[in-house]
Amino acid sequence: MYAQMVKTDADRVKSLDEMEPVERAFQQRIDAGEKIEPKEWMPEGYRKTLVRQISQHAHSEVVGQLPEGNWITRAPTLERKAILLAKVQDEAGHGLYLYCAAETLGVSRDDLYEQLLAGRAKYSSIFNYPTLTWADIGAIGWLVDGAAIMNQVQLQKTSYGPYSRAMIRICKEESFHQRQGYEIMSVLASGTEEQKAMAQDALDRWWWPSLMMFGPNDADSAHSAESMKWKIKRESNDELRQRFVDRTVQQAETIGLTVPDPDLKWNEERGHYDFGPIDWDEFWNVVKGNGPCNRDRMKARREAHENGRWVREAAAAHAAKKAARKTAA
Amino acid sequence: MTAIVVEGCDLRLEFLLRMGDNCLVLGHRLSEWCGHTPVLEEDIAIANVSLDLVGQTQLWLGLAGEVEEKGHSADNLAYLRDAGGFRNFLLVEQPNGSYGQTLMRQFLFDAWHYFMLRRLEHSSDKRIAEIAEKAVKEVTYHLERSTDLVIRLGDGTPESRAFMQEALEMLWPYTGQMFDADSLDDAAIASGLMPDLADIRPDWDTQVNRVLKAATLQVPKEAWLHKVGARSVHTEHLGYILADMQFLQRSYPGATW
Repeated sequence: MYAQMVKTDADRVKSLDEMEPVERAFQQRIDAGEKIEPKEWMPEGYRKTLVRQISQHAHSEVVGQLPEGNWITRAPTLERKAILLAKVQDEAGHGLYLYCAAETLGVSRDDLYEQLLAGRAKYSSIFNYPTLTWADIGAIGWLVDGAAIMNQVQLQKTSYGPYSRAMIRICKEESFHQRQGYEIMSVLASGTEEQKAMAQDALDRWWWPSLMMFGPNDADSAHSAESMKWKIKRESNDELRQRFVDRTVQQAETIGLTVPDPDLKWNEERGHYDFGPIDWDEFWNVVKGNGPCNRDRMKARREAHENGRWVREAAAAHAAKKAARKTAA
Repeated sequence: MTAIVVEGCDLRLEFLLRMGDNCLVLGHRLSEWCGHTPVLEEDIAIANVSLDLVGQTQLWLGLAGEVEEKGHSADNLAYLRDAGGFRNFLLVEQPNGSYGQTLMRQFLFDAWHYFMLRRLEHSSDKRIAEIAEKAVKEVTYHLERSTDLVIRLGDGTPESRAFMQEALEMLWPYTGQMFDADSLDDAAIASGLMPDLADIRPDWDTQVNRVLKAATLQVPKEAWLHKVGARSVHTEHLGYILADMQFLQRSYPGATW
């Protein structure tokens, strides 16, 4: 997932009549369900919005390694350790595909990454929450990857070709992540009293932040309309959030855990669960940098980057020497 | 298979713990890097090597549990022994340090591991030979990767050369232990279970000297090598690794995960 506050430059959405011919032709291709490819003409706003969304998504994958990485050395069995390592490795791989997809839009991965380190680019608010127990690793797989899948399934049909193809690949891996997280939770929920309590506590802490991952309510989501028109986004925040709630509540019940929402109730008429209000103050605070782990996460990324500077420089210097030797030979 | 018992130890079990613990401890050390390496490609690569080593641990310690015949699984052996029960080399438990130190440690071990596994494919013990045959495929790649990176970072910038030389000097004293056969090794060599360490040494020397030369690094001239005697004696670092690794199994005895 992980792109939740993507701004577009438009105050309002233009109609076809208001567009220049080239833009109208572009919009008509989008409306006809065609994919847009890297070298083709596109409105500057479309390009910028995509760069923001894809890079936010890439940054989220990269920062997202940290909360789970926090438990790799403490994973309780060799098999759990191997699965978690493989999962975090997948996230790094997703980061790579996404930076590559963004690069097709004429930006460089290094520049995008600098923006993240400088605090000018966002990543998903969810990774600013701490992983306090092993059950949090289950909760991340189940809820966070579960929420991400809701968003990413629709993005497989996004209008920009390279992004759509990256999403198809990523979705396959994410559904494995979601299943392994749910499996960790089921084992804990059917374990000792202490393990059950650990699982419930993790659900209590991760439930609301997971719902926030879909971004503000549609009524407050100023930039969504243009993204929908361009088919960068295919479904609204609230639609996706509702689908996530409907699916996840049933999964929690199956393993005997309770969703921490006193207002949660099946609404026969709507055919959906009604759920309580989200604490948007908390959301905005985390987005603005005041979540429990924002500073730690960014510090970890900056330190990794700074401590690795000599390694990157050496690799570049060695490549240059090798090329020079080849030319001389 | 009849157990060969030397000095009260089952030779096969002892040998399997030595192989498995090296993989376990080094795999653990590498996993500490997850999300903190210099570049995204390295996050992926180092996780890959770590994963291979965790997988090999499962094979070696799984067989050790069978041989021991006390109903211990690979997990029981990994998570419920104290430091004195571990048989890994001191080299692999050394802290990660700089990325250069991690790569140098990897290279020095990979070169030993590779030549060891190549010969273990011909072990008199079929099960050991099978594990070696599987592991050597992965370790061939590990050695290629660490060889390449040691050369690139040694022969990179003056700063990177200094990092790599410092790493080499810090780790070199631990390399002696890899070839220092004790009486159990001697008995295992005599039984054909494992190859003679003296036969691996020249291959290791050739590989290491070639790579360090290409990396423009100097082998420490008058390096003293650690002589620690018993394989049950470790550095201060292992206790902290186990405190991390065994935390859940120790805090919630008997729980399944």
